[in-house]
Amino acid sequence: MKFETDLHRAKGLGSAKRGLIHWMAQRVTAVALIPLGIWFVGAFLLLIFAPFDQARLWLSSPWVVTATILFVLALFYHGCLGMQGIWEDYIPHEGTRWGVILATKFLGIFLSLVSIVSILKVYLNP
Amino acid sequence: MVQLRLPPKSRLQKGKTYSSLSQGPEMKLFHVYRYDPDSEDNPRLDTYEINLKECGPMVLDALIKIKNEVDTTLTFRRSCREGICGSCAMNIDGTNTLACIKPIEDCKGDIKVTPLPHLYVVKDLVADLSFAYAQYTSIKPWLQADSSPAPDKERLQSPEERKKLDGLWECILCFCCTTSCPSYWWSGDKYLGPATLLQSYRWIADSRDDATGERLDDLEDPFKLYRCHTIMNCTNTCPKNLNPAKAIGEIKKKMVERID
Repeated sequence: MKFETDLHRAKGLGSAKRGLIHWMAQRVTAVALIPLGIWFVGAFLLLIFAPFDQARLWLSSPWVVTATILFVLALFYHGCLGMQGIWEDYIPHEGTRWGVILATKFLGIFLSLVSIVSILKVYLNP
Repeated sequence: MVQLRLPPKSRLQKGKTYSSLSQGPEMKLFHVYRYDPDSEDNPRLDTYEINLKECGPMVLDALIKIKNEVDTTLTFRRSCREGICGSCAMNIDGTNTLACIKPIEDCKGDIKVTPLPHLYVVKDLVADLSFAYAQYTSIKPWLQADSSPAPDKERLQSPEERKKLDGLWECILCFCCTTSCPSYWWSGDKYLGPATLLQSYRWIADSRDDATGERLDDLEDPFKLYRCHTIMNCTNTCPKNLNPAKAIGEIKKKMVERID
């Protein structure tokens, strides 16, 4: 039996004093992804049927490599933040939610690192 | 995961149909949600035929006519009948609104009337708002001032400062917005919802209140505030034409201002 009042339940454990950075980062990466995304998709479409040497040549410029890495970081960071929002919305069970969010973050870090290492591999081995 | 279907005992069934004794050129069918907590029956949707020539212009008039003349057990809240008390908030024709200011003629075809969505139903059209009221209480909706004015003075406010409260003070706490918000449906145990957040901003925007920082501290939480995804159902449904989504946006802007 529970005699907990509605007010006690509404106040809960109080505020977590976080959420602002997540909210801001989601917007900043969204804006950054507009030019980076258009640029990357454009380049991708131009190179998709080109020989590998042409892609290698394209990735030989430090500017292009930096922009590509920035695109990868913004993409996976934004993706992770978005997925975290979806899990927070739809998984009511606290433990499951924590586990899934953590797994999403690990996957995001892993995939972004694989992408960056692959880009650097092409860049450093011309 | 989120529960997508109602529990078996809450699923709506077809109810009785009450035809009107008087017939005329303007007949209207009202499908009204009925639930009796004292019986073991599922909720049902009863149909009442109303002669609009013998009924007032608003949906509340039709409900009162049904209660007076057809079925006295029909239960709903109402008080002011002019859109200022918020008692008759319910879902009419698919939108949360106040029955007293919703004209029948604005609804095309039959009119479906159900309680505010995603709340426990006390009886018929009366939904349980206890927790929403507790959430409202939790934001301390009163003036918190550290300074006291001289005994013979009021707390003064310039016309410009007062103007910042326009669009906020008019909220009558009917909770049409809160119960229309999908984020509140899924996370209503933690997310404060648009009505309470609009009320919170009403005090954050008040030049006489000294607790702005503490108020923002209390709101900075992934669930209490940041469950708002600017879906805008709140603004679309508000029967007072207020903009809770904008008020929530202003709170988020204040949060950013603090770290500049």
